[in-house]
Amino acid sequence: MHMADALLSPAVGTTLWAGSVAAGGYASMKLKERIDDRTIPLMGVLGAFIFAVQMVNFTIPGTGSSGHLGGGMILAILLGSHAAFLVMASVLTVQALFFADGGLLALGCNIWNLGVTPCYLVYPFIYKSMVGGSKNPGRILVVSIVSVVAALQLGAFSVVMETLLSGKSELPFSAFVLMMQPIHLAIGIVEGFVTAGVINYVRSARPEILESMAASRPIGREVSLKKVLATFALLAVITGGVLSWFASTHPDGLEWSIEKVTGKGELPQHENGVAAVFKGFQEKTAFLPDYGFKPAENELKKEKEAPPPWPGIEAGTSVAGIIGAAIVLGMIVLIGMGIRVVGRRQI
Amino acid sequence: MTFDEKYFDIGRLDRLSYGETFVHRLDPRAKVIGTMLFLLTVVSFSKYEIAALAPFFLYPMLLVTVGEIPVRFIIKKMIVVSPFAIFIGIFNPILDTRTAAVILGVSVSTGWVSFLSILLKFTLTISVALLLIATTSFSGVCHALRRLGFPALFVSQLLFLYRYLFVLMEETMRIIRARDMRSFGKRGTGLRVFVRLIGILFLRTVDRAERIYYAMLSRGFAGDMPALKRSRMVLRDLAYLSVMIACLWVFRFFPITEGIGRRVQELLR
Amino acid sequence: MSHHIVEFKDVFFRYPDGTQALGGINFRITHGESVGVVGANGAGKSTLLQHMNGYLMPASGTVTIGDLRLTKRTRQEIRRKVGIVFQNPDDQLFMPTVFDDVAFGPLNLGMDEASVRERVNKALCMVNSLALRDKPPHHLSCGQKSAVAIAAVMAMEPDILAMDEPAANLDPKSRRSLITLLKTFKHSKIIASHDLDLILDVCGRCIVIGDGVVVADGPSSEILSDRALLEENSLELPLSLQRR
Ligand SMILES: Nc1ncnc2c1ncn2[C@@H]1O[C@H](COP(=O)(O)OP(=O)(O)O)[C@@H](O)[C@H]1O
Ligand SMILES: [Mg+2]
Repeated sequence: MHMADALLSPAVGTTLWAGSVAAGGYASMKLKERIDDRTIPLMGVLGAFIFAVQMVNFTIPGTGSSGHLGGGMILAILLGSHAAFLVMASVLTVQALFFADGGLLALGCNIWNLGVTPCYLVYPFIYKSMVGGSKNPGRILVVSIVSVVAALQLGAFSVVMETLLSGKSELPFSAFVLMMQPIHLAIGIVEGFVTAGVINYVRSARPEILESMAASRPIGREVSLKKVLATFALLAVITGGVLSWFASTHPDGLEWSIEKVTGKGELPQHENGVAAVFKGFQEKTAFLPDYGFKPAENELKKEKEAPPPWPGIEAGTSVAGIIGAAIVLGMIVLIGMGIRVVGRRQI
Repeated sequence: MTFDEKYFDIGRLDRLSYGETFVHRLDPRAKVIGTMLFLLTVVSFSKYEIAALAPFFLYPMLLVTVGEIPVRFIIKKMIVVSPFAIFIGIFNPILDTRTAAVILGVSVSTGWVSFLSILLKFTLTISVALLLIATTSFSGVCHALRRLGFPALFVSQLLFLYRYLFVLMEETMRIIRARDMRSFGKRGTGLRVFVRLIGILFLRTVDRAERIYYAMLSRGFAGDMPALKRSRMVLRDLAYLSVMIACLWVFRFFPITEGIGRRVQELLR
Repeated sequence: MSHHIVEFKDVFFRYPDGTQALGGINFRITHGESVGVVGANGAGKSTLLQHMNGYLMPASGTVTIGDLRLTKRTRQEIRRKVGIVFQNPDDQLFMPTVFDDVAFGPLNLGMDEASVRERVNKALCMVNSLALRDKPPHHLSCGQKSAVAIAAVMAMEPDILAMDEPAANLDPKSRRSLITLLKTFKHSKIIASHDLDLILDVCGRCIVIGDGVVVADGPSSEILSDRALLEENSLELPLSLQRR
């Protein structure tokens, strides 16, 4: 599931962008140390492969509905964490650009959810530690399913957290989780089957490919679980730190969702809290208190008998807003048509 | 969307990006930066903001008209990706039912306001992302990323991916057609066949990568992907960025829409 | 100046899966010669060409290019002397635009920007494709792709040009212009192909290989009119000779 721009707040968007860029820098650095030259075109072409394969639908057994491949785990198993992450990041980038899957701001989130999670979290800790050097197809199948399910569950959970922290959706935590996780369980099982099927097929048809890939990957033998773990802890601490810093300066999103998570404050109760926070937020952002339109707004407010429950969307303002929006959009369309007409004349 | 539709869509978007208009000629870096600033500004509005988003439609409108991009195509592509945002957003009117305003006797809940806000933001962010690639060649975007400091290895991945996207999509399409030709109805589209198809495609891809590697070696490849500096920021690009930032500033911090509406209201009275 | 000779002496090669693809190849090509390599599918033509550049190394025997013997050490230098155009131009045009692709080699040679541009323009002019400069490869036709692939190799200014099935995917018109183009090159050329008419047109000399050994070697006009020899090797008389 791709995170979408429209559901994001700038704080969450930039934080996850920062996290993904950091992961990308780390992966490139690691790869540069000792990459086999032939991996460079291989990674790129495999990216195109994953992209093309994702466009193919297959029937999910028993349901009649169709699904498609995510690809993160296949790449991680074939190329190792670093190369797989870079490929995944580039696949997601091209998707964000050509399909507008999610959007460009949400790209940071999507790289995190679908790239960092399978490549740096699930692959080293679940897949690698459980499969070890085994070539047993049954074992590979079971572990693949477990890994892909884990990666998708973590990814889906990240989408939930990112949405809630952004505070644009009203969905309560529990309902959201209940909606997201089961769907991804089904998808994960199928993708696990596909992943294991492809790995096992390649192993039986051309075993030397897997061997040469394993040999040319820079991580490999000396993968130190400790190092990966330490890097992860560090990344998590940094991300957490940045997030909570944002949260403390812009409490809009976080506080609100935490209230929902803990179940305190039913809707009518926490109205005040949110309203207050909301107002504070508006005051903070409106650091040009004396702009031209303000006096009119103040006058209008004075005319009102009861203080409006929601600053910014009281009746008077909203009518003005609707009229204004109609006029502004009308002007924009006119400008557009004007340009088209002028453009055609020139031809 | 079927495979073929997606394939033709990418092709069409790609062809649009080789246009020769003013927007196409702007430095890709300027466009990438401008787009990111635009997106950040749009999503920075609170969830109950609607009116203030209106002026932002100016930018996609300018891109579409000056860049000579077919509007319908972009809208169609946007509709395809809309489900997730709508799916999540539609819960707002259900869960958040306090009255925000009574307009012409109809009471509008805050949930509907925030849902509409999500929809507007969705339209703005997605259209601008699509228009970025419709008005900038993909390799232009890649060179922009490189010069904005993204790792060289990542950027060369992107370039390879883009180069072989079309080749592999065609290969995939051939394989799917062969599958569909021999699988009557549902049989043959199942998981088993799918796995086999991917496996074969994967092996071919690895062999292709090997041949590409040979071709690179024969032209002196020694681990680095060289690139010529192509564009430089000229006055035009700086002007574009300055105007962009100024507009974003004004649209973000001055309630233009509401101001205009109020003036009109006063006039009417 | 060294003579641009190519010499194979008792070259054996076996693929990792055990297939013996070359079983003692011997020939010598001198400066400025144009040589066609013909043979059935799986005869070992592609394998042979890949030895000229050190992608594959002989299991035994020697390959000599100019005055260098092919070893792991000399391989880089040899790659500059021998430009190989492979069968599928898609595998060869790996950069996002035609310009970038043709510039890839010269940039790797460490040339400065101005000379790179000059080289690229020169190479593209040579194959009449200057107008395609800024196009991405996936917007080109098959014939255009193969012309650009040749330009990309020519931009390296190799001494020797080797081509594997250059006309395999071309329509008659593109094939004709390829033949015209090849005739203008003064380089030593080695062309592996089933297209015997092309060989007859472009190459003065012809080597027939079968099962990894040289079966015949001589003037194209003689070899390509030897019906028995050709049929033994799953080949046919060139069309232009059949009518006579
Ligand atoms: N990568 C490979 N692995 C194993 N055998 C191969 C490989 N490539 C080619 N061969 C075998 O080597 C022989 C010669 O192949 P090739 O040089 O491609 O022939 P040609 O180009 O003349 O058709 C054939 O028997 C072929 O099956
Ligand atoms: Mg061959």
